[in-house]
Amino acid sequence: MRDFYGTALDNGFMLGTAQYPSPAVLADAFKRSGASVATVSLRRESGQDRAGQDFWQLIQDLGVHILPNTAGCHSVKEAVTTAHMAREVFDTKWIKLEVIGEEDTLQPDVFGLVEAARILSEDGFQVFPYTTEDLVVADKLLQAGCEVLMPWGAPIGSGLGLNNLFGLRAMRAHFPDVPLVIDAGLGLPSQAAQAMELGFDAVLLNTAVAKAGDPAQMAHAFALAIQAGQAAATADPMEPRDMAAPSTPVIGKAFLE
Amino acid sequence: MTAVTIIGGGVAGLCVARVLRDKGADVTVVDRHDGPGPHACSWWAGGMLAPHCEGESAEEPVVRLGQEAADWWDAHTGCVTRNGSLVVSLARDHADLTRFARRTQGHDPVTKTEIAQLEPDLGDRFAKGLFFGAEAHLSPRAALSALRAGLQSDGVVFETADADPADYASRGLTVDCRGFRAKDALADLRGVKGEMLVLSCPDVALNRPIRLLHPRVPLYVVPRGDGVFMLGATQIEGAAGPHVTARSLLELLSAAYALNPAFGEASVLEIGVDSRPAFPDNLPRIRRTGNLIRANGLFRHGFLLAPALARMVGDLIFDGTVPEVMDEVAA
Repeated sequence: MRDFYGTALDNGFMLGTAQYPSPAVLADAFKRSGASVATVSLRRESGQDRAGQDFWQLIQDLGVHILPNTAGCHSVKEAVTTAHMAREVFDTKWIKLEVIGEEDTLQPDVFGLVEAARILSEDGFQVFPYTTEDLVVADKLLQAGCEVLMPWGAPIGSGLGLNNLFGLRAMRAHFPDVPLVIDAGLGLPSQAAQAMELGFDAVLLNTAVAKAGDPAQMAHAFALAIQAGQAAATADPMEPRDMAAPSTPVIGKAFLE
Repeated sequence: MTAVTIIGGGVAGLCVARVLRDKGADVTVVDRHDGPGPHACSWWAGGMLAPHCEGESAEEPVVRLGQEAADWWDAHTGCVTRNGSLVVSLARDHADLTRFARRTQGHDPVTKTEIAQLEPDLGDRFAKGLFFGAEAHLSPRAALSALRAGLQSDGVVFETADADPADYASRGLTVDCRGFRAKDALADLRGVKGEMLVLSCPDVALNRPIRLLHPRVPLYVVPRGDGVFMLGATQIEGAAGPHVTARSLLELLSAAYALNPAFGEASVLEIGVDSRPAFPDNLPRIRRTGNLIRANGLFRHGFLLAPALARMVGDLIFDGTVPEVMDEVAA
């Protein structure tokens, strides 16, 4: 598995911390997930006077790597300010960079994203940009200093899975050395397994677990799927073919007409 | 006669006072302020007595214990309106409505025509919804005032002081009902910020609380009568500062506008913000150390769960019954 800015993770499961029925359910879901990274979004208002301290402490107590994110930021300036706040609160250089361009689809504003990524990288941040599968944008992000890319599977919270298989496969092939994380749009464990089978290094999800009837059980299911997909990717899967290929020898087999 | 001092005169303190008084205790309520007011988060509550709807995201005890609320408030204040509650979503968010239906009980699906019959002012904007017929609502401030008045006429003494519960407990049985201010004694208590609005909009008439589901900005509107509505509420991890953010206002008002564009012409009477006291599982707790009982963590379920919490405090004091929400973990 490729490492993330020099940090090797135990597994490819990154789990969000929003929308759970309660912090206790959140902690339970993390325990069952075995996730190696927790993402946490920071609101400007709660960062300024550290009003969110109690909740952040609960996140820190999970004992996993923390990836703060700039969720809900609509401009470069807003994202950069939030990133600075996050660095102070969580004492980490990691930042998941979201610059939202469209309110309905929560599609990234890739122009603002590249600019914010450059500003933050120059400032010593280790940026995890939430982007699309666009190869040109991906290349600009790498030039801006990013060493990890996080293409979407589908719009945030949609649960639609991998919407553009061709694009995602092309991205994996195009950047063989860059750690790639499928971020957003996953609804089911099978979709997470598929992402890992394609050779992605990790998946990041939140709603699929937080809004499940039993978040802890769903977190466990995703953990199994991610593990399966990861194992499959390293096992060099067979190539699909159009014709049947018998798995046992046919010649010499006794048969009756 | 058992003498009990209750610290905190919000929804928890007043309900505990009522139950203890009814069991024959000699009750004194001590609060920082003289009477219910904006210093207590129950002042800003929605007042929905909607245990089934809350089941969408709350644990089982909320749904079960919340069933006691409507009868209790009716008996002690007469302020309860039993018209059920209605849950709707815009067409693009019907997946949220389907999930809500799956996660809750006590509802009937309603069609566009049925919604228009229940709430003519929602017109034909909503193709489908869920009607929770057994649910109720109340006006929090009227209910708190009625409860307090009843206690006063039954001889409960109200004192105004910024009291330290431990200090009172050294002299006698004391119940700490201070809500988020008890954080000094309850390390695992946290604040969950809530923001709300009170609007006057005589152009709109609603008969019951309406919940508008939305993946990012869920909204409820509770009719207070006379064209006044309470709009709520945000739920943000972190203790509240003194101000509402522009974004929260914008989101709440946009959602109200989506419910009925006439809300665009409403007058904004009040903007409220406060911290809901919550434990990590968002369920209430009763803890006891000698003479000091702490009842807290009502979260967003103040009016819904305070009657059950008060009943359990009463049973603990008078019968020695260990409440189901009692944990002995030292704070």
